[in-house]
Amino acid sequence: MHDDTAATEFVTFTIAGQAFGLPIGRVQDVFKPARITRVPLAGAEIAGVLNLRGRIMTAIDMRHRLDVKKREDGAAPMAIGIEAKGESFGLLVDAVGEVLKLADFHREPNPINLDGRLAALSAGVYRLDGALLVVLDVDRILDLRGEPMAA
Amino acid sequence: MDDLLQEFLTETNESLERVDAELVRFEQEPNNGEILGNIFRLVHTIKGTCGFLGLPRLETLAHAAESLMGKFRDGMPVTTEAVTLILSTIDRIKAILEGLEAHESEPAGDDVDLIGQLNHLTLPHLPQAAKPPPSARAELKAPPEPAHDKPAADNPSTDKNAADKSAAERPDDERGERFANHSIRVHVETLDHLMTTVSELVLTRNQLLEIVRRNEDSDFKVPLQRLSNVTAELQEGVMKTRMQPIGNAWQKLPRIVRDLSAELGRHIDLEMHGAETELDRQVLELVKDPLTHLVRNSADHGIESAAERAAAGKAQKGTIRLSAWHQGGHIIIEIADDGRGLDMARIRAKAVELGLASEAEMAARSDGEVGNLIFTPGFSTAAKITSISGRGVGMDVVRANIEQIGGTVDLKSMPGVGTTFTIKIPLTLAIVSALIVEAGGERFAIPQLSVLELVRASSGEHRIERIKDTPVLRLRNKLLPLIQLKEVLRIGDGDSDKGFVVVTQVGSQIFGVVVDGVFHTEEIVIKPMSSKLRHISAFSGTTILGDGTVIMIVDPNGIAQALGRIAPVAQADRSELDDGEDGGDEDLTPLLVFRAGSQQPKAVLLSLVARLEEIDCRRIEVSDGHCLVQYRDQLMPLLRIDAQSGVKQDGAQPILVFADRGRCMGLMVDEIVDIVEQRLDIEVASERPGVLGYAVVKGSATEIIDIGHFLPQAYADWFRRRDARPALLARRIMLVDDSAFFRDMLAPLIKAAGYQVITAASAAEALAAIKSGSRIDIVVTDIEMPDMDGFELAAALRDNPATAAIPVIALSAMVSVDAIERGRRVGFHDFVAKFDRTGLIAAIKEQTDDLHQAA
Repeated sequence: MHDDTAATEFVTFTIAGQAFGLPIGRVQDVFKPARITRVPLAGAEIAGVLNLRGRIMTAIDMRHRLDVKKREDGAAPMAIGIEAKGESFGLLVDAVGEVLKLADFHREPNPINLDGRLAALSAGVYRLDGALLVVLDVDRILDLRGEPMAA
Repeated sequence: MDDLLQEFLTETNESLERVDAELVRFEQEPNNGEILGNIFRLVHTIKGTCGFLGLPRLETLAHAAESLMGKFRDGMPVTTEAVTLILSTIDRIKAILEGLEAHESEPAGDDVDLIGQLNHLTLPHLPQAAKPPPSARAELKAPPEPAHDKPAADNPSTDKNAADKSAAERPDDERGERFANHSIRVHVETLDHLMTTVSELVLTRNQLLEIVRRNEDSDFKVPLQRLSNVTAELQEGVMKTRMQPIGNAWQKLPRIVRDLSAELGRHIDLEMHGAETELDRQVLELVKDPLTHLVRNSADHGIESAAERAAAGKAQKGTIRLSAWHQGGHIIIEIADDGRGLDMARIRAKAVELGLASEAEMAARSDGEVGNLIFTPGFSTAAKITSISGRGVGMDVVRANIEQIGGTVDLKSMPGVGTTFTIKIPLTLAIVSALIVEAGGERFAIPQLSVLELVRASSGEHRIERIKDTPVLRLRNKLLPLIQLKEVLRIGDGDSDKGFVVVTQVGSQIFGVVVDGVFHTEEIVIKPMSSKLRHISAFSGTTILGDGTVIMIVDPNGIAQALGRIAPVAQADRSELDDGEDGGDEDLTPLLVFRAGSQQPKAVLLSLVARLEEIDCRRIEVSDGHCLVQYRDQLMPLLRIDAQSGVKQDGAQPILVFADRGRCMGLMVDEIVDIVEQRLDIEVASERPGVLGYAVVKGSATEIIDIGHFLPQAYADWFRRRDARPALLARRIMLVDDSAFFRDMLAPLIKAAGYQVITAASAAEALAAIKSGSRIDIVVTDIEMPDMDGFELAAALRDNPATAAIPVIALSAMVSVDAIERGRRVGFHDFVAKFDRTGLIAAIKEQTDDLHQAA
């Protein structure tokens, strides 16, 4: 039996024109990252480390994580702060949009033809007016194992 | 939980740990009234407090134990059985306490078994009774004064009851009271929280300093200076509250060693030195397990059984010595046993089996390198897993735990003499002083603790030189291997010779880290690295600078790994090279310095060069790519240092002639530069064939040429004489000398003459190596050595049929007729004065020739 009234709020953002959402419960901050220190020898998806109000965060380049080309317009990214296993991470995205409240029963499984990398990180999709919103799974984003790492 | 009960549990647990430690000491020194008094009092306090809190089961048990202790104090002989019984009683008390902690009441059950045994020992004339008989020490049955509202205060006051019986206790009581008056219990969390707050304060202070640094004439300057000083004081104060004696981490060890001795049937003494040495409690907690593991390991694998020890001529009782002391900002903890030492042959075999290296590579590695392999994950050479050290916790975990707190662990092992583990850890983890440097446009922090000094690289005095592609710096006549931080971190080319050299020490290794710029030192608060970055060994953490930027903290240990194989030689025992033995003329080695192939000066031991010649280039005949010249009615092969350099077409060609039993070979060089006499001190070993290593000769980094590499090219290939050469080259010489200086000096010399050299620092080490199956053709040994001298070594070799045939050449500083006579009796084949290099090589050659004829 399904509860038609159950809904989740999502922080939405875009990467290379595609809309994404993260459950608001997992999002700690949305901020404009200043001074990201790159970390030599780290994997390519690690954009670096940054200081957010005294906390050290590891910045993850979501474009790289989703296998999308680097941004060409040179615009500064936005960051979504999340916490996992006691550590802080900042997901670098192109732009952050509004918070949407979406009914759970509208969520659909991944289309089978979804791009492989995207499918691996997606926890389902919503059909919005004229656009698809891909819900990302935070834990899978942070699971960098199996990614090539520069030693 | 009831506050009183909580406090009782904390205190009792502490007391119990002390009792453990004391009891083992007691067993060793049963007549020591002071120890006995201490134990008695501890058990007594537990008993008294239990009665007060209404814990009958604990009380009766502690009471029975106390009665027995009382008997000992009255002079009853202490037996091992009794100590074991008391230890079991204490274990039972611990079990009850655990139950108490979990359920806030004593667990069900009784202790009739133990109490019966205890009473049986206390009053042997009574039959074993199930019920505790009236105490033999009735006066102690008086309950503690009910006025105590704080069990912590019990200790001194209950002692007042006992004090009249033993005057010896009095000083301790007074001390106890003094401590009680001047110290309070603070929850560890409070201290940790204080530390975190101070860390944040330090950060904010740094931030303010940074702002003021930019505004020179700020009004804030003076008050900020004051704030800065107060912060520093506060920081120091808080750090001090967290300091605890290392002995706290050792308290369980005597008991562990005692139990192990019993279990293994070995006699093991645990000596502890420097237990009062203090370190941060966080570090202390983290080092506890690795220490325990190492001590278990020494007891289990290090110390031999009594029979084995007797056979090896050692004292029956093995000793594990635990010592701690401060050194700079570090604490050094040493765990030394006098056991059998590591079985290097087995470790080598195991490494090959695990595919870590080929057999040949393993044979080439020094024992020091091989020993450290036991820290490799999955490496256990124990034939059977014992319950003691084989609990799935390997030495790799020990090393990982120690490295996690910025420490290092190193081991030295001597076959038959013992193994020593040395742990070096920083005193505190939270705040360290660091040097902020720049490399490739990024800033990094290098912990000041590992920095020895800072040198500005310039074109003048401190010039970065290159030996092939390896950058080195000449610093006070030592060659310092350099690492470009940019290159290690792959953030730029390190080809510039400008910048600063951060002279860094890791363990006994000293090297230079080249950076582009150095800013200042700053107290940094170490923040742990993200789990996504922890695999990068070049960094140990992150920190926030005064200006708010996050930077990475460089881990000198990780950087040192980039030094690769240069390391073992760079860390050759400098202290010995530097000290004492310096100065005498006899230490000087004549070297012929020349140029060939490149501008880099090269040198060869002059004693090996037969003649210097200049021949007309037109006389050189080239056949099949090889150069020959008619020389003294023979065809003499001519070799080049490297195959690339061409052959001069005309003019005179300088040649170094090396002669060997009627045959000659010539080495073509560009220019003979000089002949110098100096101490040969090979600083950096070389992996390149034909080069022994690098040394500073007349102020320049110079390649020392390995003639042994060129001789076979000249003979084995061209004359196809199978006899002498290949055999000679395969000869393995064991060089035994307790002085690292002479080993270092003679080994390259013998090697340069074309032999393989294995060195040993003592007769015991040499015997062990030979016994472990190393094939040795000739032993060259010093005579004057501690423990076992050259005569004894020769006698030992001669007495063993397997080694009796090995020729032994003795080296001695003094050659007397008596010594020669004695040497002949024990079987020395030859006797050479220590400084007679030509004589030594001649003697070795003579012996190998004899061997060859015999074969």
